[in-house]
Amino acid sequence: MSMNPLLRRRYRLDETLVPFTLNGTAQTGRRGDTVLTAILSVSGRLRQSEFTGENRAGFCLIGACQDCYVMTAQGSRVRACSTALLADMAFITDLGAVSETAHD
Amino acid sequence: MTESLQPVIVGAGPAGIRAAERLVRAGLRPIVLDEGQRAGGQIYRRPLIDDGRSYRSRYGSEAGKARRLHEAFEAILPAIDYRPETLVWNVSTPERGNQLDVLLAGVHRQIGFSQLILCTGATDRVLPFPGWTTPGVYTLGASQTALKAQGCTIGDRVVFMGSGPLLYLVAWQYLKAGARVEAVLDTAPVTSKRHLLTLAIHAPRIVALGLSYGLQLQLAGVKIRYGVRPEAVLGTSQVEGLRYRRRTLTGEAVESIACDALAYGFALRPETQLADLAGCRFRFNGRDRVWLPERDALGRTSRSDVYVAGDGSGIAGADASEISGELAAAALLEDTGRALADAAGLVAARKAILRQRDILEQAFPFPDDWLETVPDETTLCRCEEITIAEGRRAIAAGSIVEINRLKALSRVGMGRCQGRMCSAAATELLSGACGTSAGEVGRLRAQAPVKPIPLGFGGSVEAEVRS
Repeated sequence: MSMNPLLRRRYRLDETLVPFTLNGTAQTGRRGDTVLTAILSVSGRLRQSEFTGENRAGFCLIGACQDCYVMTAQGSRVRACSTALLADMAFITDLGAVSETAHD
Repeated sequence: MTESLQPVIVGAGPAGIRAAERLVRAGLRPIVLDEGQRAGGQIYRRPLIDDGRSYRSRYGSEAGKARRLHEAFEAILPAIDYRPETLVWNVSTPERGNQLDVLLAGVHRQIGFSQLILCTGATDRVLPFPGWTTPGVYTLGASQTALKAQGCTIGDRVVFMGSGPLLYLVAWQYLKAGARVEAVLDTAPVTSKRHLLTLAIHAPRIVALGLSYGLQLQLAGVKIRYGVRPEAVLGTSQVEGLRYRRRTLTGEAVESIACDALAYGFALRPETQLADLAGCRFRFNGRDRVWLPERDALGRTSRSDVYVAGDGSGIAGADASEISGELAAAALLEDTGRALADAAGLVAARKAILRQRDILEQAFPFPDDWLETVPDETTLCRCEEITIAEGRRAIAAGSIVEINRLKALSRVGMGRCQGRMCSAAATELLSGACGTSAGEVGRLRAQAPVKPIPLGFGGSVEAEVRS
């Protein structure tokens, strides 16, 4: 993925690291992160839209727009802006990566 | 049976906390249901963990109010039944009893109430334009939430656009946080700001703060433009810039500005779905172009056991929300024979704020000509990915004059957000096409669940209910 991270962290710069995986790759967030903050601090999207497949990265950040749903590696979905990051969570934001895996 | 039920307050922002405090003072033990992880609501939202910032750093000029509200909540916490991370997704109609359907830590529950005080708050009011779904475009409120609650800025080089006092406040907050503010693009004409002179007489503190933000932005070299309409977000997978038009002395100019994030919005829209499901009567508010639950000065609705307070009962801001929360609780206590409301002072204070909002709305007007210049291929509904053209076609083909009909035939407002992000535009689109006023196209009815919820079938399969 050539996308740049969207969010720029200004505080909690030395907070404890929290490991998670994104499309199978090891990443770290920080204690106190939402799932949205953790993913968008290292990446440029949360999901691809259902109909046109365009990238989405949340919009309202207060649980109203429902644009920030992220798929977990277990196949469930979480609303990234209002879900706290926990250690070893695993997220899929690249559907291409999933279908390639499925074909293998 | 109802004797054992307690009053339930939905929401733990300024209105919900003050309502709970008033009930506790009268010896009641209300249940407070909060969708957030920590009480405070959105404007006085707290981070998940302490990040070393002071109240002053986080809440600026409103630090004292934020601290007092949080302390008030901590003080009553032992005396209330507080349930954070709890989504209320349905309210039974009066015929079906006093029940709330809630989702608490992934588990469905029903909670009964003796009376209900709805303090459901507001979300950003937004309108579509080309590129508004691009990663890096956020609402104004979202840009503030990212900083306040997560200590992040939405980018390094940020443009702020829209209409409302929040526009200048957030831009200033980003400047202080070390982001580069590339521009503040006010969609209102510069002439609208003359109303600030009138406002200064009634609310000198608000005007002084606003002028101070504007001045500091200018001193920092931030470009400020008026009468702006966006043409398009530049960049496809991420924001690379914004092209916009603006009114000049001689006509119009088209300009482009590079940025890696854009925050925009046009004041707020109230969250009224639960009052709707509860069967409360609604009335159109012409100033805010929105349907609101009918309420008296204290927050009584048309349903005798349901009260409304805060921005969810009409946008009036945090100060008015604190007052209206206390008023709704006072009304509840009076109606249940516990204490006379004795609320003349608070009612007068709220009225004074509402008068200020009238002037504020003139200084930061809603761009009611917005859709006239937005291209037809622009996404209108970001959930279902319906374009403005598809909306127009549905209106023409079905001779639609009513907003729920438009939803049924075009799916606009039917997606996961239930019209929260598109109903303002859909209303403008339909009233524009019909040549009527926004109030005449009707009210988008709320549907349960008011937000998507997971449904467990047999405990193993997960599905999502949408309406």
